[in-house]
Amino acid sequence: MATITIGIMDPPYESANTPTAFRLVEAAIRKGHNVNVFCYEGATALGYAGQKQHPNAVHGASLEEEDHPNPKEWIESLLAFAGEKKVKLVWCNCGLCVDERGVENQVEGVCRGSPVDAWKYAEGSDGVLLIGTE
Amino acid sequence: MARYLSIIDSAYRATIEEQDDTAVWFTHAMKNGGADVSILLRGDAVNYAVSNQDAKGVRFGARTVKGPDMVRDIKAVVEKKIPLYAVADDLAERGISISQLIPGVEQIQRRGIAKLIDGHDHILTW
Repeated sequence: MATITIGIMDPPYESANTPTAFRLVEAAIRKGHNVNVFCYEGATALGYAGQKQHPNAVHGASLEEEDHPNPKEWIESLLAFAGEKKVKLVWCNCGLCVDERGVENQVEGVCRGSPVDAWKYAEGSDGVLLIGTE
Repeated sequence: MARYLSIIDSAYRATIEEQDDTAVWFTHAMKNGGADVSILLRGDAVNYAVSNQDAKGVRFGARTVKGPDMVRDIKAVVEKKIPLYAVADDLAERGISISQLIPGVEQIQRRGIAKLIDGHDHILTW
């Protein structure tokens, strides 16, 4: 079992980087590895609890039919998945970035930290991947 | 009424989260509101015109994601009578043949883009 740290920077709904990062986290958990995720800048909005689903008139879909995927649910699901697999998943936001965006209301399980925490995660990891924004 | 042309270059930018391409969606919504709009797919976005693509099956833990259905969305654009063009040179560079395209997509040569733009009053670039 290894420990991996992944840094994410893109905000939700803006980049293919985001689902790619989530897929990497899921794959690592599935293989039994511990994962630290550090969200920087716009990525701190991924866990914002105020995200809401909506119907989609262009698709002709009701709210239920559209079943719009909000990334806060992906975080909750991955935290639960890590519990099932008995590995550790830390999901940490840059606190100042949270404050700048007013997204303090996060889903349960998301913690608040600083670049020093990101550095400590990296020091304790077998591998580090930072997915910066373009 | 002014004529609009949406030129879409960025492809699959946030399609997993949005369950569609937001530029195609925006243009379709304009049409639904009564606008006179066309779409030009260029660069990597020409892949939106490919008929057998399938991005379904993503899941994060227990949360399944329906994912985008670009074939549905491009067919809906065609059915809505939104003129839809794709740059033939960009299709060829990516090895996409005519037989792979969703019916109703009109190919134009790269050298024809200026003339197409000239036929519209406003250009939206995405």
